Amino acid sequence: MSVGIGLLTDVLLSGTVLMLGLWVILTADRLRAAIGFLIYGLLVALVWVRLGAPDVALTEAAIGGGMIGLLVLGASTRLPPEPPRSPGAPARPRRWILHVIAAALSATVALGLALVVLGLPEPAPSLAAAVAAELPATALENPVTGVLMAFRAVDTLFETVVLVLALIAFWSLIPDAGWSRRPDWLPLPHPPPALVLLARILLPIGVLVALHLFWIGASLPGGKFQAGALLAALWALVMVAGLARPIAATERLVRVLAVLGPLVFFVIGLGGLWLAGDFLAYPEGLEKPLIIIIEVVLMLSVAVMLGLILAGLPSADTAVRAPKARPGTEGQP
Amino acid sequence: MSQITLYGLLGSALVGLGLYGLIVSADALRKLLAFNLLGSGVFLLFGVIARRGAGAGFSGDPIPQALVITGLVVAFAATALAVGLLVRLGETAGLEDVDDAPASPRSAAPEDAPGSAGGPQ
Repeated sequence: MSVGIGLLTDVLLSGTVLMLGLWVILTADRLRAAIGFLIYGLLVALVWVRLGAPDVALTEAAIGGGMIGLLVLGASTRLPPEPPRSPGAPARPRRWILHVIAAALSATVALGLALVVLGLPEPAPSLAAAVAAELPATALENPVTGVLMAFRAVDTLFETVVLVLALIAFWSLIPDAGWSRRPDWLPLPHPPPALVLLARILLPIGVLVALHLFWIGASLPGGKFQAGALLAALWALVMVAGLARPIAATERLVRVLAVLGPLVFFVIGLGGLWLAGDFLAYPEGLEKPLIIIIEVVLMLSVAVMLGLILAGLPSADTAVRAPKARPGTEGQP
Repeated sequence: MSQITLYGLLGSALVGLGLYGLIVSADALRKLLAFNLLGSGVFLLFGVIARRGAGAGFSGDPIPQALVITGLVVAFAATALAVGLLVRLGETAGLEDVDDAPASPRSAAPEDAPGSAGGPQ
């Protein structure tokens, strides 16, 4: 009976996710598509729970749904309006051919993938047993954290480096005249009092939840990425409500914090070369404290980098934007 | 049909849907959303493979799961960069350059598509 209900849940969930995917692609304007994508991300997080991957579910809900949704939602209002569908210009005759070809190509790819899914090898290849055998050596209990911090630590290291590079590339888009100005994507001109109150109440609770998520990551679902993402989201909320002003790219402190995590990770990894015989190997007996040190600095760096990206860029011309942005940022010092 | 197969088919369908949106969307931001949809379909396929590898007391093979977590963060980084580029482009040059211009002399663009159709297979 419970199997039947479980499968029904899966069918309903898959159907809803597919419908939302269709909505994101086919709906008329980009604001609706962005809102659809936000909800889509939250539902995909539920799919991850059903697939027995709560660590991924937390990350998907925070980053895949929430943060990408927030970025795209913000961008959808900042971009110039979409070109009107077809007043004046008649529908181009070639257009529908392109649609048919694209649909055929996409359907072929989807069908090919579906055939692969249906023909996956049996028994499934798995490294779960190998992870289970080696996990006690890391003094961790959550296998995903074990993989991220020990068995595939090199992936985690270079992923944080990618995040640093992304931040640098993102900041390189700042107009030359705007380097010392604060980014102005998030602060509302006149934050409603309810939002300010919400930000004030949520902030301490959210920080506690993030620290909890971080600490239990050693044995239960959670960890530095999820906690860092939550901290960044709280920071974004505080900036939206005008309780804190966004930080300019020239501030030394945030720059240091952003690179601190990857740097400490790298130094400890190099230390492993002569203390434990390999890059990113941990000396015996010191695994747990070293992993905790790396996770603390990585969480801080991830939170700072995600928050800085969410804060956006300073606008190009002060003359046009400044009157809109000022009341919000200076009304709440 | 089992739960795992169902989500595998969902992942495949999302990849196809994202690819379609990526090709036909006229608006650059919509293309970006479609690209993320495609990516989440790929991640789901990873999740299906992880789930199939459940064993040794774990609910899934932790290695693909860990790869998806790093993948999600990298996808966010790439999306953020793309959004930044789009916004700056909108502030300076105008986004019309991104869309295929209505009176484009290069009407060969639709003919290019069949050539690329054979590519991914």
